[in-house]
Amino acid sequence: MSDDVNKKSRPEFRNIHVFELMNYRMPLAAIVSILHRISGFLLFLSLPFLLRLLDSSLQSQDAFDGMKECLSNPISKLVVLALSWAYLHHFCAGVRHLVMDMHIGLDKDSARKSAASVLVVSLILAALVALKLFGAF
Amino acid sequence: MANDNNVGPKRLVVGAHYGMKDWLAQRVTAVVMALYTVIVLISFLTAGGFNYESWIAFFGMTWFKIATFTTFMVLFYHVWVGVRDIWMDYVKSVALRLTLQMATMLWLIGCAGYAVRIIWRI
Repeated sequence: MSDDVNKKSRPEFRNIHVFELMNYRMPLAAIVSILHRISGFLLFLSLPFLLRLLDSSLQSQDAFDGMKECLSNPISKLVVLALSWAYLHHFCAGVRHLVMDMHIGLDKDSARKSAASVLVVSLILAALVALKLFGAF
Repeated sequence: MANDNNVGPKRLVVGAHYGMKDWLAQRVTAVVMALYTVIVLISFLTAGGFNYESWIAFFGMTWFKIATFTTFMVLFYHVWVGVRDIWMDYVKSVALRLTLQMATMLWLIGCAGYAVRIIWRI
């Protein structure tokens, strides 16, 4: 109790700064969580773009064809793919949250497994979207 | 401990109490959006090809308009809770945070107006 020297040399764990993230080992659940946030923010930013797409798809035959034309460009395909992944990840991570809110799978082992499943399932579904977009089937 | 303050044991004197409400709202809205996603996916996958006629016929059905409208409104509330959380977590300056929150709110109300116009024009 009396040795101040020892006290001062103890490491302090406060909120992690962005620049410390690189040397901090993130558990799978933390990766799912931050991606949940990033994907949600991405979808928020793309709202007007998505509404614009819906608008032109429902306006007229010409606007519909124009939209299809615009989406056939490889760069817009990549944007659509990124947003699809964001939606799929946000969806899967959200379902995981809802299940955990019902006190299911809260122990360390199952939480890790469900975090891994969220990452894997959303990536597989995004890969299917990619195959569809680039005309594999 | 509750008896130590001078407002009586039953009155809570701290907190804005919107945490629980927003937490619940985010879950309820999430369930609505998930159901809508499943409905759209099933209808889309069971329909034939993706063309203008079938697309507009789909969006012309009243039940689907109402479902889309409800989902969009619920989505904007969900987005409001989530994005406000992001600003509250990362933006330390009160002036900047409030500005961003106001901008988010106006942005979402604008999007809601646009969505309503798209849905009910058909």
